[in-house]
Amino acid sequence: MITLNTEANIAAPDDFYERLIATHRGLTDAQSALVNARLILLLANHIGDPNVLAQAMAAACDGVSAAPDPGAG
Amino acid sequence: MKTYANPVFPYLRPAEFDAPGARRPVVIVGAGPVGLAAAIDLGQRGVPVVVVDEDRTVSVGSRAICYAKRALEILDRLGCGQPIVDKGIGWNVGKVFFRDELVYRFDLLPEPGHRRPAFVNLQQYWFEEYLVERARAVAGVELRWESKVVGVAPHADGVVVTVATPDGEYTLEGDWIIAADGSRSAVRQLLGLEWEGQVFHDRFLIADIHMKSDFPTERWFWFDAPFHPHQSTLLHRQADDVWRIDFQLGWDANPEEERKPERILPRLRAMLGDDADFEIEWASVYTFQCRRMQRFRHGRVLFAGDAAHVVSPFGARGANSGIQDADNLGWKLDLVLKGAAPDRLLDTYDAERTRAADENILNSTRSTDFITPKSNVSRTFRDATLGLAKQHAFARRLVNSGRLSVPAILADSPLNTPDRDPDFARGPGAMIPGAPAADAPVAGPAGEWLLGYLGGDFTLLGFDAAVGPFGAAALAREPVPCRVVQVGGKPTAGATTIEDRQGLAARRYEARPGTVYLLRPDQHVCARWREFDLPSVRAAIARATCADR
Repeated sequence: MITLNTEANIAAPDDFYERLIATHRGLTDAQSALVNARLILLLANHIGDPNVLAQAMAAACDGVSAAPDPGAG
Repeated sequence: MKTYANPVFPYLRPAEFDAPGARRPVVIVGAGPVGLAAAIDLGQRGVPVVVVDEDRTVSVGSRAICYAKRALEILDRLGCGQPIVDKGIGWNVGKVFFRDELVYRFDLLPEPGHRRPAFVNLQQYWFEEYLVERARAVAGVELRWESKVVGVAPHADGVVVTVATPDGEYTLEGDWIIAADGSRSAVRQLLGLEWEGQVFHDRFLIADIHMKSDFPTERWFWFDAPFHPHQSTLLHRQADDVWRIDFQLGWDANPEEERKPERILPRLRAMLGDDADFEIEWASVYTFQCRRMQRFRHGRVLFAGDAAHVVSPFGARGANSGIQDADNLGWKLDLVLKGAAPDRLLDTYDAERTRAADENILNSTRSTDFITPKSNVSRTFRDATLGLAKQHAFARRLVNSGRLSVPAILADSPLNTPDRDPDFARGPGAMIPGAPAADAPVAGPAGEWLLGYLGGDFTLLGFDAAVGPFGAAALAREPVPCRVVQVGGKPTAGATTIEDRQGLAARRYEARPGTVYLLRPDQHVCARWREFDLPSVRAAIARATCADR
């Protein structure tokens, strides 16, 4: 079974992050949410492996759904 | 302030009021870190310099406090690194917190065998005091206080500067002017020159406090700290038990109000607890911008430091890049003044240092965008990154609390001779042409560190008896002379022989017996070969001094 790689895998992380944020420049919050959803679907299709996708979904939810909203403090 | 009293440097009536002054090779405007470093460098090379500064003391307030390894190495060459390191607080480790959790820890200098640490923290006033002390000890450096530049008239072969003093105005004529007069540069404004870039809409509070504490000597950075929610906080230790705390306030904060102790104290109490025993030393509310001049050379006027380029404070890329400007400029200006190089060598100061400024601006802009997200989605990504960072390595690489100053690698410089021998590595950390020389522990007549043997002049660093007495003698007689330093091997006439105490010099320079590196006077590699060949070295020196075109 292929496992989700959470080691650093992007050669130039700061370039990537800048581009990610720039992708959203000028968009409304609703448009950004839509772009993010489409981005996830595109990347999920590229990955393909259902086990990897399931692990990524679990890692993404970890600490978000169960805990009370930490941003409220 | 409890721990520091600013010295007062006396104004002395300049001789120009009583008799027309002689023309000066170099006039430096601004006695801050960059102007003083440039003055010491030129003075050490035998170039007389006059430095004019509108004030009569060093920095008021601690301002730039993080001095990077490369800046310290340059100061070693300028003869004032040791007191700064002795007084300052060395650190290598940074910690990043998200809310109340440690998410990321970094060590900036994981390997031993370097003379200087990744960073030394020292208040700018101390830093400048040591530079002033050193400048006064260098023959040919004249510091003039309470001397404000109010006019700049450039000519084809020099510049006339009008200086206002308590006795009135006088003029100083220089072949060259170095404008190191800070972000509000009078010289830049008097010449009507623009600079372009981005102003950030955020405000930050610096609170320097005097406190006995057993906090570790590390850089601690909080995103959304429990004691300062939704904003960033930075804690740094300085000399004399002074701690720098930097609170992000947001654009709507009122700078006049936030400066008041009654506003600052509750913020500090929330962070340090009700029992903490401290006193406020100095406080300041600041905004910042990332911008630079399009060119750093305008005829006979050379801009350096904040006068030429400014960045956000995250990453300690301001003063550290300014010191590198001075380092890059000193030897070039000296050679041009001596007639040993054409004045287009100074265009390479512009080319090399504008590129370094772009790198600093890019990094500091990215850090700022991460620390102070400009949109909801940007904040969501930022918080998601921080939330994943504790558990997942990939996210730690994305966390950006400041990409701390690293030396400029001048890989694209026209002064470099490209590698001819294919077996030299070119990856990160390799001593490629353009890289600053790596340090290593050595033994020899001039101290225990390799960098102490390199720079000032061109230096040919050979491994084993690579060069030989004929080569060493020939290089010493060149129009731009080159010293020979030999690592290991039988002593050679005309060369300084040193021993590689731990084999680290050979490892860091990928050396075999016979390998030679040509280093510029600012300790940057400009050529390397697997064996010594006198015509190749001559050609590389000619290229590095623009004498080949």
